Amino acid sequence: MIITDQMIDDIALGATVLGTGGGGDPYSGTLMAKVAIANAVKPVELIPLESVEDDWVVVPSSMIGAPTVAIEKLNSQNQMLVAFEVMEKEMDCQIAATFPIEVGGGNSLIPILVAASKGIPVIDCDAMGRAFPESQMVTFYLDGLPSAPNTLADEKGNVVTLQPIDGLWAEQFARAITEKMGGSAAICDYPMRGVEVKRSALGATLSKSIQIGKAIREANANGQDATQAVLDIVGGVRIVSGKIIDIERNTGGGFVTGSVVIAPLKATSEASQECVCVHFQNELLLAHKGESAADINNDNMLASTPDLISILDHETGHPITTDQLCYGQRVDLIAYPCDEKWRTPKGIEVVGPGYFGYQVSYTPIEKLAIKHAGEE
Amino acid sequence: MTINYRLGIDVGGTNTDGVLLDDALNCVAKVKVSTTLDISTGIDNAVASLLRKAQISGAQIKHAMLGTTQCTNAIVEKKGLDRVGMIRLALPSGSAIPPLSGWSQSWKELLGEHFYEAHGGYEYDGQMIAEIDEREIRQLCGQMKGQVDSIAICGVFSPVNGEQELKVAEWVSEEMPDMDISLSHKVGSLGILERENATILNAALQGTAKRFVDGFCAALEKYAIHVSPYFGQNDGTLMSKEYALKYPILTVACGPTNSIRGASHLTKLSDAIVVDVGGTTSDVGVLMQGYPRESSLAVSLGEVRTNFRMPDILAIAIGGGTRVAFSAGEPVLGPDSVGHQISEKALSFGGDVLTLTDVALSLGVMTWSGAPPQEIDLSPAQARCVYTKMLLTVEEAIDKMKTSAEQVPVILVGGGSALLPDHFEGASQVIRPEHFEVANAIGVALGEISGQLDKIVSIDPAQRHTRLAQLEQEVQAMAIQAGACPNSVSVIERSEIPLSYLKGNMVHVKMKAAGKIH
Repeated sequence: MIITDQMIDDIALGATVLGTGGGGDPYSGTLMAKVAIANAVKPVELIPLESVEDDWVVVPSSMIGAPTVAIEKLNSQNQMLVAFEVMEKEMDCQIAATFPIEVGGGNSLIPILVAASKGIPVIDCDAMGRAFPESQMVTFYLDGLPSAPNTLADEKGNVVTLQPIDGLWAEQFARAITEKMGGSAAICDYPMRGVEVKRSALGATLSKSIQIGKAIREANANGQDATQAVLDIVGGVRIVSGKIIDIERNTGGGFVTGSVVIAPLKATSEASQECVCVHFQNELLLAHKGESAADINNDNMLASTPDLISILDHETGHPITTDQLCYGQRVDLIAYPCDEKWRTPKGIEVVGPGYFGYQVSYTPIEKLAIKHAGEE
Repeated sequence: MTINYRLGIDVGGTNTDGVLLDDALNCVAKVKVSTTLDISTGIDNAVASLLRKAQISGAQIKHAMLGTTQCTNAIVEKKGLDRVGMIRLALPSGSAIPPLSGWSQSWKELLGEHFYEAHGGYEYDGQMIAEIDEREIRQLCGQMKGQVDSIAICGVFSPVNGEQELKVAEWVSEEMPDMDISLSHKVGSLGILERENATILNAALQGTAKRFVDGFCAALEKYAIHVSPYFGQNDGTLMSKEYALKYPILTVACGPTNSIRGASHLTKLSDAIVVDVGGTTSDVGVLMQGYPRESSLAVSLGEVRTNFRMPDILAIAIGGGTRVAFSAGEPVLGPDSVGHQISEKALSFGGDVLTLTDVALSLGVMTWSGAPPQEIDLSPAQARCVYTKMLLTVEEAIDKMKTSAEQVPVILVGGGSALLPDHFEGASQVIRPEHFEVANAIGVALGEISGQLDKIVSIDPAQRHTRLAQLEQEVQAMAIQAGACPNSVSVIERSEIPLSYLKGNMVHVKMKAAGKIH
């Protein structure tokens, strides 16, 4: 499949849904990708994960840093390529293909920049199936694949190569270097063989974001329910259609954290009339019945990380990021299953509710949905 | 002889409204005339009529203010724009997205091809990405000489530090004397693509600015009004003639802002929802501490994405001329409208279109001051059904714009506001002030002078109060320097947004201070 301008717009929209409120504004990523394919050495191809050869060396291409910086200091044309080519030197071989580390927000589009200048394909996969805030929160870490070497490049041409012992150390060092690079850097990490990426990555996630973006676009053009169109693809539940009646933002640990309370719209009589509270730390992580953190307990739980929670505009189905949430918005709160890899004991340890400081146990969204359907 | 009158003129697409306020800011005369193609004749007519009505001479006017949609119209219609040359100070950053990347082909053709990337820019903490290069800039000037009418300069993180933009502007003026130069840090906030776009539009509007500024000044001169004129900005404060000529983009969307400010003055309320009902749409805005709440999202203008200061307005298709149809028994409201032709086209006046005005008249919720309207063929049940739908639409818009669940006062202004009832769900009270139909001209006449600060600072939590107090003093000094009366200046807006993924307590702070005209 050849990547077109339309597909780039669809990926941006779909990946913002899968970004579960985080992942940043994909606008500049969209423009970079469009400029890149317009100047590409040959058309950029999106290839299925299964078609990757076992002996290929492949590597994800991403941006790391503060979204506020990334919208002001834009990439140099070759910045991502520099990080990628230093990785080739480190690996002492030609890298055969690249792919996104996450399908949330702008990072879903970054591999297109490298693919366009190297004439290599983008693999239809990622290592999260969504967005998460820290770089060890990838399936590669769960599967024990080495993060090293990491190559980071700024726009000036500075490159730093890291040899961290695992993904946790990679996160620590990469963050510190990114700050020195002015708060935004290009990064390649987790280089691996084709056989490993096929075993560990989550397949068909880019094409899923294309499907989601296309479905929202077409539902709006045809006057259909865009949220339902999204649910048909991701296979989840609409927890509530409601209005945001309260929002609270705090700061701590370099993340924007907070919660939002949604009251059901009067029109949806089939749903319960209880308010729903959703907590976020950049991404939306937890939804429960009630109006504040005091109501967090296993009985009230409606959805929790690592399952995906998205807030969509009630009228248009367009995703709303956590920094755009405000009082009075009419929204649909949806939740849908994450990949099984996140549901293993190690997966729950790395990205489950406990890691983010919520004192509840994880129950898959399918079970929670059945439980609450039974109560009504 | 009183010499403290204020003259307020609002030049809209259809009407030019004018008011005279006395020194206690009471409206002593008002007028509505047609906007003319040359702008100045309409202004001239309005001023002449006001002076006659109030029986005063031009010498008795102390302040004169103009609000206008001319810039908005020029951008939307792509008419009368200048050829722009642009220099982005960013290299080595930024080259992944060249200037104009997100613009439509028609814009690219219209503006020409002098868009350049040069070395420069700052990091978020104020360090330099690269030094600016004098030779590089002078060489770019050589390429643009004679090819462009106006120059835009935009550097990375210039809202944090504008020095490089200022230095480059000096070099450009040496190479091309008398060239109009627009600097991005005066135009927009963080987000380089949006700020750059707004700066390019500003540069393209230089000729338009000269036309409306000259038009206003000529009218003032003719009636011996010897004052320095002020111009309304989209944040509800005023700028001098010199600043308006340099930064006309800041007048965009001042119409809704002025009507919100006017509504505030006419009701003496500083926090409320304002509904401005016209012929085709109603603009719902939020009055917060006497000023309109600003939108936090990127605002597109003539298909160009910008991020400059705009009031947060929700427009709904409810106006006096809104066409009413029925689909499967359910009423459909607009979005089309008979607009200002209501007295010819509406059913009640012998026309053939059912409008919201007809519905309101038939229910008796609205009265008409002209010839008595005709009976129309609409059952009371149907009329009630249409009116309820309209009311729900307005109530939902009000609810969306509110910032909390508490009930708030609602102020109705604009020519079409007679349509709406005296009670809304979620409203503590509904107020229809006197002079509601010229609220926007009153709004611009009231204007205050402001200063704005927009930077990223490191704030140690233990020092937060001290640090913020320093910044408040800084922004107040900016307002005073712009011409505000020192003892009237106060901080009217303050936001602190922490930068995620960065250590060192970096906070993006925006503040605005405003005060009375000196």
